Amino acid sequence: MPAIFFMATIALYLGGTAFSSAYLSRRDDTLSKIALGITGVGFLMHTIALLARMVEAGSVSLTSLHDALSFFAWSLVLVFLWVDVRHRIHVMGAFLLPIALLSLVWAAALPRETAPMLKTVWVHVTLSMLGTVGFAVAFAAGLMYLIQDWLLKSKQFNVLYTKLPPLDFLDHLNQLAIVTGFPLLTLGIITGALSAEVARGAYVSWNPEQVWALVTWVFYFIVLMGRMTVGWRAKRAAYLTIIGFGGVVLTLIGVVLKGHAPVM
Amino acid sequence: MHVIVVGLSHKTAPVEVREKLAVPESRLDEALARLRTYAGIREGFLLSTCNRVEVYAVVDQAEEGHARVQDFFADTHLSLSSEQLTPHLYGYTGDRAIGHLFRVAASLDSMIVGEPQILGQLKDAFEVALNHKASGVVLNKLVRKAISVAKRVRTETKIAETAVSVSYAAVELAKKIFSNLSEKTVLLVGAGEMAKLAAQHLVDQGVRKVSITTRDAASAVELARRFNAASIPFEHFRHEMADADIVLCSTGASHYLIGVEDVQQAVRRRMNRPIFLIDISVPRNIDPAVKDIDNAFLFDVDDLEMRVEQNLEERRREAGKAERMVEEEVGQILHWMKSLEVTPTIVALRNRAETIKQAEIDKALARLQNLSAQERSVVEGLASSIVNKLLHGPLVTLKAESTAGGGALFVEAARRFFGLDDQTAAGRPDAASSAEALDEADPDESAAGRAAERRPAGKRQA
Repeated sequence: MPAIFFMATIALYLGGTAFSSAYLSRRDDTLSKIALGITGVGFLMHTIALLARMVEAGSVSLTSLHDALSFFAWSLVLVFLWVDVRHRIHVMGAFLLPIALLSLVWAAALPRETAPMLKTVWVHVTLSMLGTVGFAVAFAAGLMYLIQDWLLKSKQFNVLYTKLPPLDFLDHLNQLAIVTGFPLLTLGIITGALSAEVARGAYVSWNPEQVWALVTWVFYFIVLMGRMTVGWRAKRAAYLTIIGFGGVVLTLIGVVLKGHAPVM
Repeated sequence: MHVIVVGLSHKTAPVEVREKLAVPESRLDEALARLRTYAGIREGFLLSTCNRVEVYAVVDQAEEGHARVQDFFADTHLSLSSEQLTPHLYGYTGDRAIGHLFRVAASLDSMIVGEPQILGQLKDAFEVALNHKASGVVLNKLVRKAISVAKRVRTETKIAETAVSVSYAAVELAKKIFSNLSEKTVLLVGAGEMAKLAAQHLVDQGVRKVSITTRDAASAVELARRFNAASIPFEHFRHEMADADIVLCSTGASHYLIGVEDVQQAVRRRMNRPIFLIDISVPRNIDPAVKDIDNAFLFDVDDLEMRVEQNLEERRREAGKAERMVEEEVGQILHWMKSLEVTPTIVALRNRAETIKQAEIDKALARLQNLSAQERSVVEGLASSIVNKLLHGPLVTLKAESTAGGGALFVEAARRFFGLDDQTAAGRPDAASSAEALDEADPDESAAGRAAERRPAGKRQA
């Protein structure tokens, strides 16, 4: 039952991504409205799919990587809907929706079964994923910043130029996303370590993906401090957050390749 | 009855002719009153701006009307002979005249397509015509429609969205770097006209803090007063650049005043917050190599002009869309104009009465089954004579007014009184029977029913 809604969601997000991308190069605003509509319906399907998974599992504690990625995509689409409807920045779709789509496709390829583990692990998973949503938004804002910066510098006043928001807005969004994402990731790591301690008697077992996660955490910590103290903003912040999100994705891939759940 | 326009504009007449014919606001009353004295002109409306002088009129005969309005123009300015004037005049009739009015209102005929002033000027001129009762049913409807068409064009196309002057293009670029101009500081280097204009636009867009530096102390004082700005000694301005988000440079210097070093330093001191530099001087005053510095955005006159050219292109593209809208709206208004002709109204009125009468007769005879043929013809005759006698007055008046000049007004009135444009009630037997049902019901309810019938007409008026 959840599988049908899940597949419908993928199809609808694919449509949303396609229309959002087409909107970037067309003058017509209707494309973004279509993208919003399709994605909105997709989000509804996605919500049903998630709820059905919980009913199926008989608990809200979804901890498989499949569910984590699905929840990540769901939160990211929620951010997109908010930015599009509330702030009328329609170009965000073309940058956020592909990430959500890829993450769902990836989720589809992963096993749904949850390995038997502590009930409280879902807190760790949820917080880590919400932190990752922040980094994904920062990544998208950074990418948009670099594109707009390049268009301005090379004096290409094309359709995309007119649609992208002002540079300082993108820089501000980048900052906001990191400032929100970083504490969530920190809490995610702490709850993960606590769970690990209870389960295995050790906070950290120093496996490669844990090391990666810590490296990522330190990296974003430095990015955040650099912005606050020595002016790592604008173009530099954009580059750094793009690199940082790359690290996050590598951590996730590492977790999957090791073939077990996020912390354990 | 014909709608005509006669006039001249920046497209057909040089300013020497336009300025002679232009009617200043103080003399608009007199001109409108005079316009109405020409034979055959039933309604008139005069639009006079620096780019156009036009008379819109409702006339009995089109050709005659054109000639009379030309006479009016020739009489307006006696030093212009008709021979001098005629080559500059254009005239349109019917749908083309209405289309022209709509295009003018929507700023499609303006010197700078999409400029917003014309709509305000049109509204003012209309106000004067209304006050003098120079315009009537037809022109009132047309001008109101023109105003709503203009608004539709404005909201549904991007015709007025983009900057079409160099100074405004600078503002547009600034808005792509800074989302909130009110928190930004502008540094004006030099007192060049273009830079002053750009600074003014920025202030209009919300910039609150302006600093000024010029070599000439006197103009610095004058500018400081104009922009309520702080004046910075010229020798120190490079140091102050770090505080400026937007630098507008326009001096007569023949060398670079701002070099790569200066900007690099400013960006460093700004902790990488973007700085936007506009060089409107020729020869340029900011080293072009500045454009390669991260977080510094430099644009010169050529860049701004290129932007203006692109925006004009965009406006032309949008104008195409607007033209199609105008065509569509003209089609709709022509439909209304047609309804104002007397003959179709008389036919519609007769048909309406005939249908109601027939429906009532059928119903009455259905209840009176036992009537003889003679009795039946008496009943039918009674109905016919009531209807005919009631209609006699309105029909005679309509015919008389159509030749006397008040035609449109009376036709409009007749159509509303008898609900001839009301598709749901017009001449359908069941509509007639529901009217009867109301008559039989409680008198209060029936009054409410009549009020409801009146409502669509009220809506049309609004």
